[in-house]
Amino acid sequence: MLTIKNLHAEVEEKQILKGINLSVNAGEVHAIMGPNGSGKSSLASVLAGRENYHVTQGEVIFNGQNLLDMSPEVRAREGVFLAFQYPIEIPGVSNINFLKTALSEIRTHKNLPPLDAKEFLRMSREKQKLVEFDAQLVNRSLNEGFSGGEKKRNEIFQLAMLEPALSILDETDSGLDIDALRIVSKGVNKLRSENNAFIIITHYQRLLEYIVPDFVHVLYDGKIVKSGTKELALELEEKGYDWLKEDSREKATTI
Amino acid sequence: MSMTQEPTIPLFEEVVNGWNKLSLSDGTKKESSDLRRARQSAFDKFRELGFPSIRNEEWKYTNLARFLRDEFTIEGWEVPGKAVVPDAGLEKKAGIALLDCYKVVLVNGSWDGRIGGGTLPKGLQLLKVAEARQDPALSAYFEKQAAWGNQHFANLNAALFADGLFIRVDAGVTVDKPIHVIHVYTSESNLLVQPRNVWVVNRNAELSVIESVVSGGAAKIWVNGLTEILVHQDARLHHTMIQTAGAGVRLVQQTTVHQHRQSLYNNFTITLPGADLVRNDLQARLEEEHTESHLYGLYLAAGNQLVDNHTLVDHQKPNCLSNELYKGVLLEQSTGVFNGKVYVHKDAQKTNAFQQNNNLVISKKATIDSKPQLEIFADDVKCSHGSTVGQFSEEALFYLRARGIGEESAKSLLINAFAFDVTEKIRIPEVEAHVNELISLHIPVNHA
Repeated sequence: MLTIKNLHAEVEEKQILKGINLSVNAGEVHAIMGPNGSGKSSLASVLAGRENYHVTQGEVIFNGQNLLDMSPEVRAREGVFLAFQYPIEIPGVSNINFLKTALSEIRTHKNLPPLDAKEFLRMSREKQKLVEFDAQLVNRSLNEGFSGGEKKRNEIFQLAMLEPALSILDETDSGLDIDALRIVSKGVNKLRSENNAFIIITHYQRLLEYIVPDFVHVLYDGKIVKSGTKELALELEEKGYDWLKEDSREKATTI
Repeated sequence: MSMTQEPTIPLFEEVVNGWNKLSLSDGTKKESSDLRRARQSAFDKFRELGFPSIRNEEWKYTNLARFLRDEFTIEGWEVPGKAVVPDAGLEKKAGIALLDCYKVVLVNGSWDGRIGGGTLPKGLQLLKVAEARQDPALSAYFEKQAAWGNQHFANLNAALFADGLFIRVDAGVTVDKPIHVIHVYTSESNLLVQPRNVWVVNRNAELSVIESVVSGGAAKIWVNGLTEILVHQDARLHHTMIQTAGAGVRLVQQTTVHQHRQSLYNNFTITLPGADLVRNDLQARLEEEHTESHLYGLYLAAGNQLVDNHTLVDHQKPNCLSNELYKGVLLEQSTGVFNGKVYVHKDAQKTNAFQQNNNLVISKKATIDSKPQLEIFADDVKCSHGSTVGQFSEEALFYLRARGIGEESAKSLLINAFAFDVTEKIRIPEVEAHVNELISLHIPVNHA
C-alpha cells in the first residue's frame, strides 16, 4: 500500500528526515516510536502534505501513485488520513457540516454518488456508536471548547466516517487519560481490517498495549534505526531510548 | 474654497438645477411652510458644503472623485415614483426563503402601496412618504431645521427627498412578524435616487424590519438614502439591512436612530459584493437613560468595490449599553473602511460601550482602513475597543484540506466561520440561513 524510499525532508532549511525506508501493506499496523525530536511527527506531516515541509530526496508511493505530487486534499481523497496530534479548533464550522463536506468531496473524487441526508445521518449515528463519540459534540463547532480527550476522540470519529485506506495516528495517546485511551483504542481496533493499514506514532509503549502492532520501528535522528515486532516496544519501555543514542554514536565513530 | 471645485462635478450642477425646478414645480406645494423652510436650509447647507473630498476627516479614506465623474439625472419630481416596472427576477433575488413576513417593494425609492404576506395587524401603519410629508399630522417628522449639521448627503436628501417608506407602530403593539422591505433600483439612464424613510416605534412596541437592496438595469444609479428611526420608551426594534446591489450602484445610506429610555435597538448591516461604492453612516443617538444598542456588521467586498462603514454611538445619558461588532472580508482589489466612533458625553456616567472590528484580508491587493475612535468625557465608564487585520489561519486551512476538502471549499468554510460571530446573532433562522447562503454565493472561486 505504502512504500517510502530514502525519504529526506527539511523544514525551515533544517534537515529533519534523513533517509527513511518503510513498507506498509494492507491489513498491517505499524508503530513508530522514538524520543522527542527524532522526526516522528515530521514524517506524519510529510505524508499528509503539510506545506512547510520540503522533500529533498527520496519517494513515497501510495497505491502505485506518487504521493508527494498530490495536494493535501487529494491525498486525503485517495485514502490517507492523519489524526492530528493537536486538532485545530474552528469556531463557526459545525462538526457535522465539516464531515458532510469532506465526505462528499471524497465520494466525488472516487466517482461515488453523493450520500443523501438520511443515509449520512444513519452512517453518522452508527460511527458515533462505534467510537463512543458523544452525539452532542457532533453538532457543535469543530473542536471548539472540546477537552483534549474529546478532540482526540473526534479525530477517531472522523477516521471512522471517512474510511481511509491508510491512517496515521500522530501521538493520539498524548494527553489522554486511561479511559479515553481505552475508548480511542477500542475504536481503532474495530476499524482495523484486511483492507486498511495504520501507522501509529507514539512516544510511549502504553497505547500499544491496547492497539497491538504487527511491526515496531524506532526512529532516531531522522532515520529508522531498528525494526522488529511488538516485543521491541516492550524492550524500549524497559531500556528507554538512551541506548539508541550510544548505539548511533558508536556507529558514527566506526564509520 | 469649495466654490472653485464643485462646478466641475456634473452631479452638483444637476442637483442645483433640480432644486431650482423643485421651487418652480408643484412638488412641495402641499407641504407645510416649516417643511419647505427645512428643505431650504438643508439645501443651503449642502450648497455650501458640496460633495465631500478626502480633506474632510469623515471621508479621509473614501475618495468619491472617481464615482462623481459620471453624469446623473435627478429623479422626476412631477410624478414621483412613476411606474417603473422592474424585472421580476430582482424582487425574487431579494426574497428570503421560508420567511413568514409582510413584504413591501420600493422601486427607486417609491412604494406602490401593495403589501404581501397578509393584512397588516392593528396598530401597524405603512405609508408612502410622498403622502406622509403632505399630511399635517405627520409633517413634524420631516420639519426639523438644521437637523443634519455638516453631513453632506443627509442635507442633500433632506432638501430634495420625494418618497420613501413611513412606518409607525402604536404603543404596546408587538408586530407578529417581520416586515421585509425590498429596495429595487433599476434604470436605463444614470439616475440619482434619494429615498427618505421615517420609522416610529412607539412606547413598549416591538418591530422587526429586514431591508434588502437589489439593483438591475444597465445604467449607473446613485442612491442617497436617509432613514430616521425613533425608538420610544421601552420599545424594541430589530433592524437588518442586506445590501446586494450590483455593479454601477453607488449606495450612500445614512441611518439615524434616536433611542429613548429603556429602549432596545438591534442593527445588522450586511454588505455583499456588487455595488461599486457602499457608504453606510449608522448613528445611534442614545438620548435617554438605560438604553441598549447592538450594532453588528458584516462586509464582504470584492472586485474594485469600496465598502465604508461609519458608525457613531452617541452616549448622551447615563446607564446606557452599546455593543458593536463589525467583521470584514476583503477579496480581490477591494477596499474596506471601518470608522467606529463612540462618543460619551460628560453626563453619561456608568456607560458601557464595547466595540470590535475584525478583518480578514484575503488578497494581497485588498486593503482595509480600520479606525476606532473613542471620545470619552465621563469618568465612570466601561469602554473597550479592538481592531484586528489578519489572513487565513494556515493551520485551520491545512486541517480542512487534510480531510479531503479542496482549498476553495476550505476557504469558503473559513469565511463563513469568520462571519459566524455576526450571523449567529441574527435571531431569525431564515434570515441567518439567507445571509449564510449569500456569503457562500459571493465568495469568488479565485481569490488572488
